[in-house]
Amino acid sequence: MGAQQEHGQETIRCLIAKVGLDGHDRGAQVIARAFRDAGFEVIYSGLHNAPEDIVRAAVQEDVDVVGVSILSGAHNTVIPEILDGLEAENALEDTLLIVGGVVPDEDIEDLKAAGVAEVFGPGTDLDTTIEFVRENAPR
Amino acid sequence: MSLPTETLVEGLLAGEQRALARTISAIENRTEGYRDLVARLYEHADPNETAVIGVTGSPGSGKSTLVEELIAAYRGRDLDVGVIAVDPSSPYSGGAVLGDRIRVSSTMEDSGVFFRSMSARGALGGLSTAATEAVRALSAFGMDVVFLETVGTGQNEIDVVRAADSVLLLVPPDAGDVVQTLKAGVLEIADIFVVNKADLDGAERTVHELEDMLRMANEGPGPDRSDGWEKPILTTVATEGEGIDDLVGALEDHRSHLRASGGLASAATERTAAEVRTLVEDDLETAIAAAIDRRGGMDAIAESVLDGSADPYSAAREIIEAMDLEDALEAGDTHAAQDARRRP
Repeated sequence: MGAQQEHGQETIRCLIAKVGLDGHDRGAQVIARAFRDAGFEVIYSGLHNAPEDIVRAAVQEDVDVVGVSILSGAHNTVIPEILDGLEAENALEDTLLIVGGVVPDEDIEDLKAAGVAEVFGPGTDLDTTIEFVRENAPR
Repeated sequence: MSLPTETLVEGLLAGEQRALARTISAIENRTEGYRDLVARLYEHADPNETAVIGVTGSPGSGKSTLVEELIAAYRGRDLDVGVIAVDPSSPYSGGAVLGDRIRVSSTMEDSGVFFRSMSARGALGGLSTAATEAVRALSAFGMDVVFLETVGTGQNEIDVVRAADSVLLLVPPDAGDVVQTLKAGVLEIADIFVVNKADLDGAERTVHELEDMLRMANEGPGPDRSDGWEKPILTTVATEGEGIDDLVGALEDHRSHLRASGGLASAATERTAAEVRTLVEDDLETAIAAAIDRRGGMDAIAESVLDGSADPYSAAREIIEAMDLEDALEAGDTHAAQDARRRP
């Protein structure tokens, strides 16, 4: 049916989640829609996920990519918790964790050093993100 | 990529969710070797020990919310619960947004629940096979109850809930004419009707209309398929948790009925027969495709019929003569991509 299958590839599965208390989910929804149109399978888990919810969803849904949208400024707390949780489940190695939202430059390097593959700030072109996922999703 | 079958089987039987999740991925992707994996799980999956409940209904009828309440009810009884939520995929890109997980997040802080979203990706007709196999994996994992949740709009979805022992059909309160147009196939497979959102106007009328319709169906011509089970019509307000206890009770009644009437055993026989038949057909289809290729492709065969050098019957016969059963046997385990996009 989809182009993915015709090339004998597995469909890229992504979890898109909003973490914590901030209620601004427009960005996450736009990404979910764009990923779908790119042929990815997107599990959208909605607002107010705790880090452990995200880890559990990533494990159960066996996703290749976890995209966390965060605008609240709590990234330095919650993102490491997600990374640790994935690590504890032995899932960090084959999961691509990307972050979208508002993250100050000085924090981006720290997040990347901790294991985040990339941080996409406001105004990032959708194609840039899609291309990044295509090239880096673990297979 | 070859499957670490041994690791997955051991992990799954030891209760590791990650092993279960990867097993289901192998089933969905029809990864080379997945049949060996599923076969290994077979002896650990006892249909008597896992109650499989299908939940279907039109979009917006409240399936996810109801399933969330039912999960909570069964968790309250200390039962482990698995969910397979099937969502149609986007027909254009092959992608999908699977949103059923949003509703269940609050019940997920709990290792006794395993929730998996499945798209209708590519596998037209094969989806029900994948869902059946995923249910088996959940059963082998030790789930007491498995929900198969799907939008009840097409034959594909109806086929999915056939894998369930008990099927709940959700009807919105303002259904009105919708009740009269409920597809015959959907009505037949429903064991319990649930008028959800019963706090809204029109719920009572919808219940009456369902009652009338069921009465007509029972009095109508044709064989009696009711099997002695009188299909109950329940009302719920899933968002408030209202009617959930009664619904759980009705599900238990249905399961007792199935046990007593032998329905559970005969359904298992029927399902297994269908499963074996599907596998044979799947593999033969590969052999047929190879034979067609050997005869120069279907277009060339059609041309030869059109230009008068062959007739359709001899062309079909020649394809069958060109078939090599080795192709089918080989297909048995290397089905991967071409199988996933096979048309029914």
